[in-house]
Amino acid sequence: MVKVSSWGRLDSHEHDLVPLSDRDQAVRAVAGSRGLAQGNARSYGDVCLNPDGRLWRMTGLDRFIAFDPATGRLRCEAGVLLRNIQRMSIARGWLLPVTPGTQMITVGGAIANDVHGKNHHVLGSFGDHVLGLRLARTDGRVIDCGPDIEPGWFAATVGGMGLTGVIVEAELQLRRVSGPWLVTDTVPYRNLDEFFALADSSEAGWEQTVSWVDCLSGIGRGLFFRANLAGIPDREAQSGRKPKRVPFVPPVSLVNGLSLRAFNETYYRANVLKAGYAIAHFEKYTYPLDNLHDWNRMYGPRGFYQYQSVVPREAGRVAIQAMLETIKASGQGSFLAVLKTFGDRASRGMMSFPRPGVTLALDFPNRGERTNALFDRLDAIVRDAGGRIYAAKDARMPRDLFESGYPRLAEFLQYRDPGISSSMSRRLIGS
Amino acid sequence: MPDSLQRIVIVGATSSIAEHCARLWATGHRPVEGALALTLVGRDAGRLERVAADLRVRGATVLVRTVDFSDPRAIRLLTDGIVADGMPQQVLIAHGSLPDQQQCQRDLAAAYEALDVNGVSPVLFAEAFAGHMEPVGGVITIIGSVAGDRGRRSNYVYGAAKGLVTRYAQGLQHRLAGSGSNLKVVLVKPGPTATPMTAHLPQKGLAPVEQVARQIVDGSAAGKPVVYAPGKWFVIMMIIRHLPAFVFNKMNI
Ligand SMILES: Cc1cc2nc3c(=O)[nH]c(=O)nc-3n(C[C@H](O)[C@H](O)[C@H](O)COP(=O)(O)OP(=O)(O)OC[C@H]3O[C@@H](n4cnc5c(N)ncnc54)[C@H](O)[C@@H]3O)c2cc1C
Repeated sequence: MVKVSSWGRLDSHEHDLVPLSDRDQAVRAVAGSRGLAQGNARSYGDVCLNPDGRLWRMTGLDRFIAFDPATGRLRCEAGVLLRNIQRMSIARGWLLPVTPGTQMITVGGAIANDVHGKNHHVLGSFGDHVLGLRLARTDGRVIDCGPDIEPGWFAATVGGMGLTGVIVEAELQLRRVSGPWLVTDTVPYRNLDEFFALADSSEAGWEQTVSWVDCLSGIGRGLFFRANLAGIPDREAQSGRKPKRVPFVPPVSLVNGLSLRAFNETYYRANVLKAGYAIAHFEKYTYPLDNLHDWNRMYGPRGFYQYQSVVPREAGRVAIQAMLETIKASGQGSFLAVLKTFGDRASRGMMSFPRPGVTLALDFPNRGERTNALFDRLDAIVRDAGGRIYAAKDARMPRDLFESGYPRLAEFLQYRDPGISSSMSRRLIGS
Repeated sequence: MPDSLQRIVIVGATSSIAEHCARLWATGHRPVEGALALTLVGRDAGRLERVAADLRVRGATVLVRTVDFSDPRAIRLLTDGIVADGMPQQVLIAHGSLPDQQQCQRDLAAAYEALDVNGVSPVLFAEAFAGHMEPVGGVITIIGSVAGDRGRRSNYVYGAAKGLVTRYAQGLQHRLAGSGSNLKVVLVKPGPTATPMTAHLPQKGLAPVEQVARQIVDGSAAGKPVVYAPGKWFVIMMIIRHLPAFVFNKMNI
């Protein structure tokens, strides 16, 4: 048994960690066993944990199987990191259509949480580009599924939080790109009305949109970032940055009211001055935190939560305003505060998080009761607005909010693998 | 085939360390002159093919060969065949398995197999390739282990096999130095590394396999006689080797 924690470092639990490193062996290991697949443990909460139980660690299943540079179809094992795909494919003029804010996640983890990126309004979520996958079940069955083969299994597994079986391999459709460079534009906004106006006017012409919101201002001022692939070929082979590391866990969180207020003020003002167009390497621009290893340590020994919700667009303006005011009043929050609109498209997964609307994501250092009380108030706003909370980031949402947020839950449960269970499934589904 | 083709042969290519070395070569971590062709040698055709497919996607030209690692005649035939197709510039000999010491103590067949696969077999491969490569030069890299530096109660059967590899590599280096050959022999001694072979052990203190692979590829390119990976094991093993027996024998390692 070894201690394992997820990205939020809220606590660590004993697990029977079984690393898988071969596709055939993986199918055999899962058959007749009980456990949960874990990718690179970049989920914040408990979706990738199975305390006192078995974890199949998938990162050793990291082989490419086939890539066709003419069509951009890639088959690979489920433990391949997105970064390794992109570094392999960019040289041949292809990239993943959808990636989250970090590349340090596995293909299996990206499918199981049906992750989204900054281009949701154009390209949807990760599952929209999965051509097929192979699922190993604890009853020994191996199921090949895709949008057109066994579509029920596919829709349950995309966004299925690892609960339908272990994804052993997948086939992905990459997209053609002319090079690694982006044209970017930064536009400051002073309130939520300006944010929504910017979001609306940007969605047609800009493929990536996201914004940083000053969570302590209460009024919703922030910086709107938008980007497009630039038609310029490679200027240098690598983005060429030396990784840095947070060397130890500070005894207290470095994120507190004082540091936060100062940071937000400085960050906003510095970017107002820098506003405008620029050229950036996609890795540097899209995954700014990937080169600061172990940044999750800066929240101190008690760890942190991320709270990410999505609310429908109609109710969005009022709900986001209410959440920002609640956060400001609580004096909590962090510099990582992201506000973004999702496009008008339904996800393929029964349990996928993305849905049309507006999403707000914030990190909160764990301050125990105070933080929980704040979450209760935020939950109420999300519930009233008919929204949902993102399971990949969650460690505490109440069951009723899970059930109301994910109306296809009953349908999904028919596909559940009874040998697979996580801390989250026990908390939210009861087994 | 054109002369500029750089041939690298990897024996035991499905081992995790070898696979990561192959990825570094395939992706040009150490750019070679001309096009690169990898020959992967292993026991299990299915697993070899999976490794080969991955390397092909990464951009390498790859051939696979299977062989019985404990059959000297098969090893001879295989190496002769590989060389006949084209002389390799580099050979990496990387196979092995971590036996259970207790089982080796009880079961001579297990002990024999551990000595064979970790000691005798790598030596036979190295000897076969060295014979071909001595006149033309190149690099033969053999993966030994820090366990070969001093016998310890927790794994001395494995350590004895790796000790054999150490002495063999020394002798071969001595022979080549005397003959003025351009063939270099690099002995790599990895410390405990995080691979499927060590998956059942506590993971704390295990070196990441990517890091060890990088040191092997760089050490081979430099033609260093001995590479400890990670480098700190040079110091640790220096101390362990020189501890007097009355101190050493009290240690539970
Ligand atoms: C800095 C940072 C930024 C992020 N930004 C975003 C973002 O912009 N958008 C977004 O959507 N997410 C984002 N995330 C969350 C992250 O993308 C997801 O949590 C992702 O699922 C993590 O993948 P993983 O490989 O680490 O899987 P884990 O976290 O280990 O596991 C995630 C889930 O996948 C399951 N799973 C993993 N592998 C398999 C498999 N082979 N078969 C079956 N189930 C499997 C697990 O059981 C678990 O339910 C971010 C995370 C970080 C740390």
